[in-house]
Amino acid sequence: MRRRSIFLISVACFGYALLYMPIVSVVVYSFNASRLVTLWGGFSTRWYVSLLSDDKLLAAAFLSLRIAVVSATLATALGAIVALALHRVRRIPGRILLSGMITAPLVMPEIITGLSLLFLFISMASLIGWPASRGALTITIAHVTFSMAYVVVVVRSRLAVMDESLEEAAMDLGGRPLAVFFDVTVPMLLPALLSGWLLAFTLSLDDLVISSFVSGPGATTLPMLIFAKVKLGVTPDINAITTIIIGLVIVAVTTAGLVTNRRKAASA
Amino acid sequence: MNEATPMVQIRGLSKHFDGVVAVNNVSLDIQRGELFAILGSSGCGKTTLLRMLAGFERPSSGQILIDGVDMTEAPPYERPVNLMFQSYALFPHMSVEGNVGYGLRKEGLPAAQIRERVAEMLALVKLDNLAARKPDKLSGGQQQRVALARALVKRPKLLLLDEPLAALDRKLREHTQFELANLQYQLGTTFVVVTHDQDEAMVLASRIAVMAEGRIAQVGTPAEVYEYPANRHVASFVGNINLIDGVVTDAGAGRATLRCEALNASLSVVCEDAPAAGAALCIAVRPEKITISRAAPEGQDRNVVKGVVRDLGYFGDQSLYRVRLSSGTVLQVSAQNLRRSASLTIEWDDEVYLSWEVASTIPLRS
Repeated sequence: MRRRSIFLISVACFGYALLYMPIVSVVVYSFNASRLVTLWGGFSTRWYVSLLSDDKLLAAAFLSLRIAVVSATLATALGAIVALALHRVRRIPGRILLSGMITAPLVMPEIITGLSLLFLFISMASLIGWPASRGALTITIAHVTFSMAYVVVVVRSRLAVMDESLEEAAMDLGGRPLAVFFDVTVPMLLPALLSGWLLAFTLSLDDLVISSFVSGPGATTLPMLIFAKVKLGVTPDINAITTIIIGLVIVAVTTAGLVTNRRKAASA
Repeated sequence: MNEATPMVQIRGLSKHFDGVVAVNNVSLDIQRGELFAILGSSGCGKTTLLRMLAGFERPSSGQILIDGVDMTEAPPYERPVNLMFQSYALFPHMSVEGNVGYGLRKEGLPAAQIRERVAEMLALVKLDNLAARKPDKLSGGQQQRVALARALVKRPKLLLLDEPLAALDRKLREHTQFELANLQYQLGTTFVVVTHDQDEAMVLASRIAVMAEGRIAQVGTPAEVYEYPANRHVASFVGNINLIDGVVTDAGAGRATLRCEALNASLSVVCEDAPAAGAALCIAVRPEKITISRAAPEGQDRNVVKGVVRDLGYFGDQSLYRVRLSSGTVLQVSAQNLRRSASLTIEWDDEVYLSWEVASTIPLRS
């Protein structure tokens, strides 16, 4: 018994080490004073300071943030509408097919999503002249397309456990459908909307493949810039950016988790 | 509106769900100030009927008039009707005060007036000290009172209650039953209670409609429904009963004599326009109307059968006996334990006489 538990623990440790050692080493080496990535030369924050003077990098970071905020907001709004439609309107023909199709982007290879979106934008440009050029706009549209699927999944799972008589009660008390939606439905869905938004934000922030396909000249997101830099050799400042992104993602994901769990505990 | 107009007039109301009939041609009048109960087992259509009154389901055919006005097609938010949900459906993100005031805010009343009416209603249900609490910090009984206050604060012409006491434990339920009835009496609002619990319907209601398979089987006061059930279904759904099939051997002068093979006995029943000799007739007798004794019973005009005690249930205030007759049929008998005694006077396997007044025998037309 004891032997087995030691074995299990060591396997678990190995697994976690495999997952997190690279990340930890990136974080540690971002504070490396040495210019050589693989050699420890003492503690320093010089790479973080040097990031601040890198205009190209700051521009890419702001572009990424802007795209992430806009696409997460749009994806949350659209995803919530889709989730509500699939949940409420029982008589859509092919409802099961539709609800399966909405989650397909979750498992679709990114290369295929990126490539098909690129084809779409090219043919749209030649047919209706819009979008005239590829850049921040097309990246945003692409991000909305795939992150919406995640929002739909999150919101639908919340809708499944929501007591429908709450909305009926509001209507019974004199609330018209639109008032009921904002008085009851939205507050009930708020945790799901919030965690859906954070999920979409994170997905957009670290997307490289799809962005690369649908981007155009002048629109370089942070992941694209990092990837381009790494091709010329890993420099310590990349470790610093990466650490910042890891920090952002951890904060977003933890907040999303906390929001969902607290609501669950409160409603239980 | 004319005071004599019933508060609710339901005319030929039906509802089909994908070909399944949930409510079948129901017509019903509910008077002003009445506490009316709709009683039935689950799936009998009572909830669908309630939801049509509230406006959540659109009738397939028929008409609903509330206070003389046709409301058949009106949406829930335009009806002078409020519903207390079985789950209470309290808004978890609003305080008690917010919940109760919601309906008034949707009416667009001035804030001062809303505060006043909410406070008044909370005082009525004795929750004034919990106004700032969130619903999840309240007990089941308190939640029930918030739901009631929220539905009543808009002063509806008709209050619908869906299984109002089902979520409460037994002690609280008994207490709340009387509170609810008192509140209804104080306010004079017309209440319609939907329930599957016959005790609840009997205690609360001034009149009961018993529903079965989408139709109304009988409408009457609790005593009428219990003592004079209209048919076999009502008789067996409301309370315990012994049903006995027989064949009429002699009829006339407001009574009939039957030969009951299942009991191997001849029984009499008081029955206006009894069917002629040779016709089948079902009779019924309530367990508490039967007297159980070891000695042969005395007195005129009684039906008497003999049997052996097979089962005995002691409930403290009363005992329930299952007595098997020589024909093999089992009759249920209940007896009040009127005298204090640690030993039972009638035990298992005792030979006993069962007797009941001819007038207590219920004739049932199938």
